Amino acid sequence: MSQKGISVETKNLAKVYLRGSEEIPAVNDVSLRIDKGDFISIIGPSGSGKTTLINLLGCLDNPTSGEIYLGGRPIFGNGKRLSERELTKIRREMFGYIFQNFYLIPTLTVMENVMLPLTFYRKPGTENEAVKLLRLLGIEQRKDHLPGQISGGEMQRVAIARAMVNMPEILLADEPTGNLDTKRSVEIVQVLQELNRKVSLTIIMVTHNQELARHADRMLEMRDGQIYEIHRQSQ
Amino acid sequence: MITTFQVAYKNLLRKRIRSLLTLIGIALSAWVLVSLLGFNHGYETGLNKDIDNMGFQLMIMAKGCPYEAATMMLKGGTGLKYMKESIVDDVAKEPEVEKTTPILMAAVFDPNKGESGGIAGYFGVEPKSFSEMKPFLKFRQGRWFTDENAYEAVMGYEAAELEQREVGDKILMPEKNIEFKVVGILERTGTQDDGTIFVPLKTAQKIFNRPDEITTLGIKVRKGVDSTRLEEKLYQLPDVQIVSLAQVKETIMKLISTAKVMVLSIAIIAILIAMVGVINTILTSVWERFQEIGILKTIGAMPQDIFKLIWIETLILCMTGGVLGIILALILSRVTELVIRHVLPYAPSGGLVLIDLKLVLITIAAVLGIGLLSGLYPAWKAGRIRPLEAIRGEVGR
Repeated sequence: MSQKGISVETKNLAKVYLRGSEEIPAVNDVSLRIDKGDFISIIGPSGSGKTTLINLLGCLDNPTSGEIYLGGRPIFGNGKRLSERELTKIRREMFGYIFQNFYLIPTLTVMENVMLPLTFYRKPGTENEAVKLLRLLGIEQRKDHLPGQISGGEMQRVAIARAMVNMPEILLADEPTGNLDTKRSVEIVQVLQELNRKVSLTIIMVTHNQELARHADRMLEMRDGQIYEIHRQSQ
Repeated sequence: MITTFQVAYKNLLRKRIRSLLTLIGIALSAWVLVSLLGFNHGYETGLNKDIDNMGFQLMIMAKGCPYEAATMMLKGGTGLKYMKESIVDDVAKEPEVEKTTPILMAAVFDPNKGESGGIAGYFGVEPKSFSEMKPFLKFRQGRWFTDENAYEAVMGYEAAELEQREVGDKILMPEKNIEFKVVGILERTGTQDDGTIFVPLKTAQKIFNRPDEITTLGIKVRKGVDSTRLEEKLYQLPDVQIVSLAQVKETIMKLISTAKVMVLSIAIIAILIAMVGVINTILTSVWERFQEIGILKTIGAMPQDIFKLIWIETLILCMTGGVLGIILALILSRVTELVIRHVLPYAPSGGLVLIDLKLVLITIAAVLGIGLLSGLYPAWKAGRIRPLEAIRGEVGR
């Protein structure tokens, strides 16, 4: 058992989608433990269920069955379904999200985009976090620019800063480099590595790029809705 | 820190042309609404002022159409009917009557007036009784005529301006080719008197060949007296009709109310169209930002936060449009007035479109109400967007 404590734990997690009368198991009996401060990458072919898994872990969706614990606290289990409001409450306390398409608001400046989550919710102790993050991510000089005036790599850094501004415990990254060239992709993963080391942030990254996935401490692979550990760096 | 208001405002700037067109729609409907309410207010105020400025509450005229008679008194016109001047004594005997003033109205065609000629209104009056009836009449220059048979004229403010006459100048009565000496010019009153030329009653009777005849007898009723009893008594006089100015006002207001209902209906339709425009604009913008709204929920926005954001966008559009519409109405009130004057058969003098603070506040409240209503559906729809569907790009309409 790790000394760091458990960040996320799932037991027999499953998600079944219905297409007409046909049942499609996207995630099938996944039991997984992620420790605090771990950097996990999940690879797998399209349709293997990796995005469904990360959405379940990130409380964006209710599982069909199985259990999820966050920091030891049971979130899903015994067929309990959470409302959208309850899911949002957990999400804003625990998670930061970054996506392939960045989803920055084009009319807001870099700084405003980073501060946007604080409009809806501010966790105590996050004052000046935006400025610190922009500096840490090397985009401080871009703070007054609009998203259309910066590069793709910089946009993803802004999205990372936005995800981090409320100091989440877990950062979920779904194909964060999908829209970037190789050089920028490596840079973004290095940024994630740095965040993982500097602030002991738990990171779960979904990617189809095996090279990038190797930067993580643990590498998991999804195949047909099931998960396999394929690499773990020695501590 | 960035506020929901800033996010909403910046969202509207994203599709500037679309926001602008919606804004114009709201501004135009607010303009129609405030101008119409201003017209209601202005018309009634103007009419009251015109009637009060007549100085008398009852008129006696020779039998004929009472509305025509009333309009003639207010507006001037032709087709006059005459009655004997001796009626003055019969009327003055009544205890309810405080004052009377006989008037002989005459309309003369002046070929030099306007582009194709026009009617010049001449009033034969007795200076003493007429000025007692209208104590608010003030002279800019000169005085009333002293001799009741003199060929002297007192000109209303606008008549003097139009004819470019000063005291001491001569003025030629068209048709009759008789020269009058201008002895007085009145201050502006904002009433029909401004465009009238006053001459002594006796002189007018002689010129128009109406010895001992008048067209109108103005009656001022004693204070606190029931004028309906007096009216009943006066109806006993042969071949005359009694026009109560309170009735005239009521009748004109009734006639106008039909027009008001029509214009109000148009204003309501305009507002409904603007409302549909707002709903369409905001709803389109919600669908365009479907994924973005989902992401906002992912980063911590509750359904009510999204509802508030979209509602604020609607309110910004409606309030800005409303304020622009009010400004437009204030700037263009004179133009609106000209158009209304052109269309209406009778319009009182003075400002026809009166926009005061109360009206502005009513319009703002109406526009605010429209904004709140129009924003409800799009805001509710946006609040229901599920982040997972948004991320997957499943537009859940």
